Amino acid sequence: MSLPGFPEAAPLAGLAGGVLIGLAAALMLLGLGRIAGVSGLAAKAVGLGGSGIARSGAWMFVAGLPLGALIVMLASGGIEASFASPVTLAIAGLVVGIGTRLGSGCTSGHGVCGVSRLSGRSIVATLTFMATGLATVAIMNALGLEVL
Amino acid sequence: MRTALTSIVSGVLFGAGLALGGMTDPARVRGFLDIFGDWDPTLAFVMGGAVIVMAIAWRIVPRLAEPVFAGEFHLPTKSDLTPRLIGGAALFGIGWGIAGLCPGPGIAALVIESAAAAIFVVAMLTGMAVVRLFEGAAS
Repeated sequence: MSLPGFPEAAPLAGLAGGVLIGLAAALMLLGLGRIAGVSGLAAKAVGLGGSGIARSGAWMFVAGLPLGALIVMLASGGIEASFASPVTLAIAGLVVGIGTRLGSGCTSGHGVCGVSRLSGRSIVATLTFMATGLATVAIMNALGLEVL
Repeated sequence: MRTALTSIVSGVLFGAGLALGGMTDPARVRGFLDIFGDWDPTLAFVMGGAVIVMAIAWRIVPRLAEPVFAGEFHLPTKSDLTPRLIGGAALFGIGWGIAGLCPGPGIAALVIESAAAAIFVVAMLTGMAVVRLFEGAAS
């Protein structure tokens, strides 16, 4: 199914993916009483603070992410993806790492778990990273910087 | 054991959702952020689906004395809007916009395009270590 006016969009796959992400976060919340925030869990896994969960649990969650992607890749016969150059990826990764630790979360912890809880901090954080994300892409496009 | 098992099941579901929803494709993510250009609304459906399910989960929390597989809830209690929160989120958004990757998809993409994703993840962990280092120095 496609969305009228947006031939590139995949609304049903997006919604199905979102529901899976929601179920995963609900399992962490109702099962373990924890927020499924990927930046916090990744930091915890490598011993850089982050989530209060046992380190082995953080590792398990983080290891599960590529496993889940692998299952979709095998089931669907491949996943389309294009990535930026190594230098761009390194710069972006560094900024994302610093930003998520200072801001106490990313798209999952703030954007999914916090927004759905109507947390004021998460709503402000989400609006902020959405705004700077939109602005970054707009400015890069205006400057003719093609990264993908 | 229950923590480890629950965590890996959650991680696998999460990673599958990211891949299915197109979040592991930086081109799609940047297409979503490109509202002034050729906008791709797919990620709004991803976010919407996830938030709806989680909104239901949050309504179940008050009915549980404790989590199903653990002793107690550990939920964020802070409510203050600090420059650190807003500055950090602003920085994160810039990084997200530059390469079209946030932490979850970056890690999940290790099986899709290993070298590219590994560069992003190592750089991200380095950034986290930098914050940790400065925090250690400050305290």
